[in-house]
Amino acid sequence: MTTTTTEPATGSTEPAAPAARRKNGGGLGSYLLIRFLLIFPTIFILVTTVFFLMRATGDPITAALGGRLPADQLQQRVHEAGYDRPLIAQYFSYLGDIAHGDFGTTLSDRRPVVDVLKTFGAASLELAVYSLLVAFIVGIPLGLVAAYKRDKGPDAGLRVFAILCYATPPFFSGLLLKLIFSVGLGWLPVAGRASTGTEIELSTLPNATNFYLIDAIRLGDSEAIKDVLQHAVLPSVTLGLLVAGIFLRLVRTNVIGTLGSGYVEAARSRGVAESRLLRKHAYRPALIPIITVIGLQIAALLGGAVLTETTFEWKGLGFQLAQYLTARDFVAVQGIVALLAVIVALTNFIVDIIAALIDPRVRY
Amino acid sequence: MATATPTPTPAAAPGGRRTWRTLPVVLQLRQSVGLQRGMLVAGLVLTGIFLFTAIFAPLLAPYEFDQLRDANGPFGAQAHPSSNHLLGTTVGGYDVLSRVIWGTRTALAVIVVAVLLSFFAGVLLGLVSGYFGGWLDRVLVVVCDAIYAFPALLLSIVVAIVISGGQSSLLGGILAAAISITVVFIPQYFRVVRAETVRIKSEAFVESARVIGASNGRIMARHVLRNATRTLPLILTLNCSEAILTLAGLGFLGFGIQPTAAAEWGYDLKQSLADVSSGIWWTSIFPGVAIVLTVLGITLVGESLNDLADPRLRGRRAAGDGPPPAGTVEPGGAVVGSGLATGMPDAPGAIEGYSA
Repeated sequence: MTTTTTEPATGSTEPAAPAARRKNGGGLGSYLLIRFLLIFPTIFILVTTVFFLMRATGDPITAALGGRLPADQLQQRVHEAGYDRPLIAQYFSYLGDIAHGDFGTTLSDRRPVVDVLKTFGAASLELAVYSLLVAFIVGIPLGLVAAYKRDKGPDAGLRVFAILCYATPPFFSGLLLKLIFSVGLGWLPVAGRASTGTEIELSTLPNATNFYLIDAIRLGDSEAIKDVLQHAVLPSVTLGLLVAGIFLRLVRTNVIGTLGSGYVEAARSRGVAESRLLRKHAYRPALIPIITVIGLQIAALLGGAVLTETTFEWKGLGFQLAQYLTARDFVAVQGIVALLAVIVALTNFIVDIIAALIDPRVRY
Repeated sequence: MATATPTPTPAAAPGGRRTWRTLPVVLQLRQSVGLQRGMLVAGLVLTGIFLFTAIFAPLLAPYEFDQLRDANGPFGAQAHPSSNHLLGTTVGGYDVLSRVIWGTRTALAVIVVAVLLSFFAGVLLGLVSGYFGGWLDRVLVVVCDAIYAFPALLLSIVVAIVISGGQSSLLGGILAAAISITVVFIPQYFRVVRAETVRIKSEAFVESARVIGASNGRIMARHVLRNATRTLPLILTLNCSEAILTLAGLGFLGFGIQPTAAAEWGYDLKQSLADVSSGIWWTSIFPGVAIVLTVLGITLVGESLNDLADPRLRGRRAAGDGPPPAGTVEPGGAVVGSGLATGMPDAPGAIEGYSA
């Protein structure tokens, strides 16, 4: 996944650069170049921080197996894995491995971390897509309403709602939704990504994407599609509401800004109809910067995903991370966190490109 | 409905006299109108209840947080709410009400330690970095931006592993949670203070101080710091609420404080996860509601203070003299706008997006 995201990112700089150079002397091109180069220190810093923090407590094998193995066997395992070398030597070989796309092998189930990403990444991506969808549908219209009804009842209500979205940890909102819709009303399943029958059916599919909805559609089984969607509702709403609160307040602030601007005043004095005024003059310019902001919510989404997936036993990266945490498999934890650092850095870069393309003020 | 309120800011209080009317929160309370005041008051009440409960926990709680039995024998696990246990008992046999009440103490302790540590470290780093500039400044900015962009919870997990190895006593647990939160918060203070410092150090009064021979330390402490801390109270309240959420998140993932060491809401929620499927609601609802109400209260206070400090958001008339400033601090921890995009901190004190 990391390599596939890099390529379109770097590829898109190529055609954009010459066009901008003609206009304003390479503003966009050099901006994108600087942003691209900044990816590396960001990844480097995060990986280094995580490495030295994790090693500050000692080696991961002792942490996982200490007390369960006799001292001499433990020593041998530590030696085999190379954890008795000087820290600096370990650090550089770790950096070298990462440069080759090797994020280590988990201790508990001896899988390469990249492999873990391949297996569980699709599930997390699926959840992220649904959640963003929920966040869009809830956050943006409500933000528009709040801005329009500024300082009136609906605005106050919506602002408190936005704070509640943020104040409720996803594991609690998830528990509440479960209590109401699964246990109380019995409408939706309690946990998991699909019922056992569907999972077996989906696993028969050749070269499955692990994106269950896509797989179910390819399978052409309407029961499976329904089952997969039913399982997705509660987790998506849980994680989606967390982000929806952020969207709501962002849209509100931006629309308040445009509603008070000179050109809206001018349009109003020309007699432009109120609905047209809102749609064309106030909402549209306010929503453009929000598109770019959304990409930056990846950090909130990732943090929330760990908690949401654990709550709903949604077998994605976050759920897996929690499992490794419980198993005290710190090699896996370090690997997954480092991998997420790469993903965050790349996403931020892509978002910056989009921001620069949409809004010329960003690149100066 | 009143439109715009008069704009006495703390610096320009009438006559410059310092009475109780110009104390931070009191002043804002007087300044606010209508719904704004309602939100501020609601926030203050909720925060007040939280503080009260935390301080008087030993008097309010019917049992100890780790008490499993009383004179009548063991409490029993997952008992329904009753007159003996108003909110029932947990799967581990603890009294839910007592653990919710004692939990306020843990939350408060973590908030105090985390916010104090990150406040001092962040302000100091930002001040020195912004004032002296140079390569140290550049390195710190890149490091802080990198940490800022990363999910706070994941970083906290890593730090919690380092500090406590996952298991902790009361003090160890509180420190682990607080320090892991601190690491995440330092960049926020750093960015704001650094940006302000860079702006202020080119002002004439700093130049004058240097001309009359003031030392760097004196200039930083007397002239720059005093002017650079204007927006910090706002970040402070935001961090308090985020500290609670991070502590609960850590507890939920099993990296919080052991139940015998202290009561912690996130841990209790983790334990109640399995209860939900069998329809047991009292073990999860109450600690969860405690988290939500506490965070809600503190955030309401922070937001209201933020709105009142920003003339563009205070009243309807003065609103929107242009697009919102570039940099915003969001509760989710993401940075918005050109600050991140260029790798440089934003315009001074721009935490505008949060306020709305």
